[in-house]
Amino acid sequence: MGLRSYIITRILLTIPTLLLLLSMVFLVMRVLPGDPVALHFEKKATPEQMETMRRLLGLDKPLWTQYIDYLWGLVDFGYFLEHGYPNLGKSMQTYEEVGGQIFSAFPATLELAIYSMIIASVIGILLGVVSSKSYNSILDHLIRGFGTVTYAIPIFLLGMIFQLIFGVYLRWLPTGLRLNPAVDPPASITGLYTIDSLLEGNLFKFFESLKALLLPSLTLGIILSGMFIRMARTNMLETLRLDFVTAAKARGLKESTVTYGYALRNAFLPILTMMGLQFAILLGGAILTETTFSWPGLGRYIVDRINFRDYTAIQGAVVMFGLFVTLVSLVVDILYAYFDPRIRL
Amino acid sequence: MSKVKIKQSILARLIPRLTSLTKKGPSGWMAILGIIILSALVIMTVIAPWIRPHDPIKTGVGPIRAPPSSQFPMGTNHLGQDMLSRILCGGSIMLQISTLSVLVCFLIGVPLGLFSSYVGGIFDRACSLVIDAIYAFPGLVIAIAIAAMLGPGVVNMALSIAVVYIPSYFRIVRSQVLSIKELTYVEAARASGAKWHTIVFRYIFPNVIPSIVVVATINFADAVLTAAGLTFIGLGVTKDVPDWGWDLTDGRALLSSGTWWVITFPGIMIILLALGFTLIEEGLSELLNPKLQR
Repeated sequence: MGLRSYIITRILLTIPTLLLLLSMVFLVMRVLPGDPVALHFEKKATPEQMETMRRLLGLDKPLWTQYIDYLWGLVDFGYFLEHGYPNLGKSMQTYEEVGGQIFSAFPATLELAIYSMIIASVIGILLGVVSSKSYNSILDHLIRGFGTVTYAIPIFLLGMIFQLIFGVYLRWLPTGLRLNPAVDPPASITGLYTIDSLLEGNLFKFFESLKALLLPSLTLGIILSGMFIRMARTNMLETLRLDFVTAAKARGLKESTVTYGYALRNAFLPILTMMGLQFAILLGGAILTETTFSWPGLGRYIVDRINFRDYTAIQGAVVMFGLFVTLVSLVVDILYAYFDPRIRL
Repeated sequence: MSKVKIKQSILARLIPRLTSLTKKGPSGWMAILGIIILSALVIMTVIAPWIRPHDPIKTGVGPIRAPPSSQFPMGTNHLGQDMLSRILCGGSIMLQISTLSVLVCFLIGVPLGLFSSYVGGIFDRACSLVIDAIYAFPGLVIAIAIAAMLGPGVVNMALSIAVVYIPSYFRIVRSQVLSIKELTYVEAARASGAKWHTIVFRYIFPNVIPSIVVVATINFADAVLTAAGLTFIGLGVTKDVPDWGWDLTDGRALLSSGTWWVITFPGIMIILLALGFTLIEEGLSELLNPKLQR
């Protein structure tokens, strides 16, 4: 199978997965016991008020009609062209379009996710390789210990510790928000402040947004790096024992060439798969990080909506998280096939 | 009398196993350290009602936001509650939620994985498809969605966390059974007319146990952290019971005033609890990894 037909098959296979995922979300949010409208008002509304809300949000229709509406909203291309986002229904709190609210919050999460992933993979792969090279030495134990501890720290606790040290005591870095409120955000092109400010040619805004990004992405990155260290270490340990590594050493190649050019390249594929799987964990972590740092992203949105018991908005945000993860795993699989031709056979 | 005997025999069997772990190098020691930490935390939680200096719920025991002192070794929070008493008693909710969710995962994930992979065919494919879809989803998002719908409570929280981790059990059991069921001894059992449940539970299941133990320990650690996370975003059990998760959450509002003790101590406790399980898991998974044995 060529790369192109692999990609097409993989994309087609995504459709049933997505359908299943969307159905499960619908099942949890609408079919599980617990009427969202009654839950929203916490028994403090008259039946008429509840009926009005049901009618306005389309929750009075039969379940299967709601299900079809819900799926149709996601593929309704005409709506998408008109508004710039898919139809995810209306918020119970404000009766605004949930899709619009989510799409304006999304770039903040994306930016946080990208920087955290970079930090996690750099720390993780470097420390993992060093650890495997010095197997069973003190350095190896220290690095393993670091990895184990990062795994056991609640992410928001690490965030709060950073806020306390760098924000409250040292006053070096902001403890919340994407940008100092005194600075105007850069014109939205990609929605990522660091990139938009560079496109604008404004270095001041670039450094301001980088400063705001530093603590949240360091928090999320360090927590995730534990998994990467472990994955890199185990895979390198297994690879360093293989014959081709011994052969490369015997041929007199430099140690660093053998490690990074030969062994790491071979140990890299499982690490890449791991990155794909980690992405889901990263998004979960992003919810807590965003709450800690008042970061106005999708995670913060979902937590705000929980406090308002806004179930239609929660459902929309959950769907969005699901779509995002599915897309990333699709990209990772395609990358994997590109790097490892055996997958395509 | 007989009870004492049973206890002795369990101890007599356990101790050599534990001491044999020490001979397995650092990985063995990691597992032992984990077991020690966990035992200490469980004992502390059990005896807390007798050793706590103050009522953990009572407000105004001391001044508000008092830093650690000889009278209040861990300080007091914004309600004037004694942090030491809250720390001593606060582990019970976390332990209940994590134990219950691991139990639910185990009771659903393992039999489902055994059955599905042994039977194979359409049933197996359908199960795998659903499980993979859950597995790929951000765990915390699933837990949030379910917990928001079910409402607060230990059982509801445990259930919403369990849904996230059932796939891990299912997948590990399934992949192991798929390779084990092709082995000659299973074929022999089938040929000699053994019933399917005998084959699955008596012949295949024991071989899967080591991997399940590893998954269960990491599941415990994750359940603790997920429970703390759910509490942090406002989906916790109740504020009427001392809970490390709530203390951490409350501490967030006090950060800007430099009140470090309200987050530090519950934070350390949650880390220790999760660390205990993680250490056991790391130790065991390295000991059980055949590729790393020389």
